[in-house]
Amino acid sequence: MTTPHLLVHDHTDNVGVVVVEGLTSGTKMLCVVTHDNSSFSLTAGADVPIGHKIALSDIKSGDTAIKYGEDIGKFIADVAKGAHVHTHNLKTKRW
Amino acid sequence: MASNYSNMTFHGYRRENGRVGVRNHVVILPVDDISNAACEAVANNVKGTLAIPHAYGRLQFGEDLEVHFRTIIGTGANPNVAAVVVIGIEPGWTRKIADGIRKTGKPVAEFSIEQKGDFETIRAAGWAAKEFVHHASELQREECSISELWVSTKCGESDTTTGLSSCPTVGNMYDKLLPEGITGFFGETSEITGAEHICQKRAINEEVGERWHKMWKAYQDDVIFAHQTDDLSDSQPTKGNIEGGLTTIEEKALGNLEKIGRTSRFIDILDPAEMPDSGNGLYFMDSSSAAAECVTLMAAGGAVIHTFPTGQGNVVGNPIVPVIKISGNPRTLRTMSEHIDVDVTGVLTREMTIDEAGDALIDMIRRTSNGRVTAAEALGHREFSMTKLYRSA
Repeated sequence: MTTPHLLVHDHTDNVGVVVVEGLTSGTKMLCVVTHDNSSFSLTAGADVPIGHKIALSDIKSGDTAIKYGEDIGKFIADVAKGAHVHTHNLKTKRW
Repeated sequence: MASNYSNMTFHGYRRENGRVGVRNHVVILPVDDISNAACEAVANNVKGTLAIPHAYGRLQFGEDLEVHFRTIIGTGANPNVAAVVVIGIEPGWTRKIADGIRKTGKPVAEFSIEQKGDFETIRAAGWAAKEFVHHASELQREECSISELWVSTKCGESDTTTGLSSCPTVGNMYDKLLPEGITGFFGETSEITGAEHICQKRAINEEVGERWHKMWKAYQDDVIFAHQTDDLSDSQPTKGNIEGGLTTIEEKALGNLEKIGRTSRFIDILDPAEMPDSGNGLYFMDSSSAAAECVTLMAAGGAVIHTFPTGQGNVVGNPIVPVIKISGNPRTLRTMSEHIDVDVTGVLTREMTIDEAGDALIDMIRRTSNGRVTAAEALGHREFSMTKLYRSA
């Protein structure tokens, strides 16, 4: 199997994790869902560092971020499919 | 049902109370901060001994003092320790600590400094330490069942790769070894925030789950919310976590909880540094998520091996317990591999399954138990940090 660029925990997730170094904008990424090893492709919309997240669909401000099939916080900005997701557009609901 | 690990054994040191250690330290243990110098002098004079200096032990009271006593006594009582020289400024609390450790049956000698001074204390304690080194060096390892191993876990400098690779590796290990009768510890109370509803369901029954939730809620209300001055965005997640791609506490908590695998259930909860007494199984210890504090508390609770997943590269060790580092982050393996014992980067490239990663960790646990020196031991990491509940009197 070719090495994936992005791993996704669960089919219900709307974010995935970059697992290669030096990912550049425009890269057609091989994405793998670890739950069942299924795969899909997605184009990176930005240079995103290893370990950081990418949106799997177009997202509206106020939407809930889903990872591990669970709620990990709320989006505080609109996010385009393929864009970088981090502290600038996602915030905890806890504190 | 027999598994691949039913007949697994390792060679450890059986102590007087029946517990098994994987190291054979002679420890010079200060009761309080002002006895550190004498302890370090003894350890300098008598080779093969280890001083464990720390920051506290004076004017503490109430529950904070109880945690201090449990931590010091538990450290001396840990089966990785063959014998202990206890040194304190005055004889009262020194006797309390020494007697607490003596319940294990191991050799303990106690010395106090007042009315003698450091010179005389160091001379007398040195003689005891030398006898203990002769004693410990003649002890032999013997074959022990895997069920006699106590293994703790806590992750550090986590990132998104820990939740994908190194934490589920530990979880897979627990799912395989807890059924074989090992005793396990996990904790990091504030770091379960965001996954507390999931953690509570992993209790063995509703009663334990409810006690767990009450403990978690108390940590939130009495520690976190009582002292917060901002939205904790620089503390939980930490700066290192954020650099590694973790954005929220919920995301961090879900990755953290991967350490207890898919099938493991916790059978009871422990106060900080408390020794388990509900039999073999997995325990949740109420603890800080700061690496050195948490590993210190679990070692005091009796764990003899610690498994430590890291993403960005936490370098922590412990004076008496070998800390096995596991990482799946390729950048960390490229830039600081001297700190990592188990490389699970193959999980991210899909060249290694979690099942295979768990087997690799179990093999490293077996080798470490048999005497292999961990990266943290080789590099001299001996972080020992007391948990302080509130200001001293």
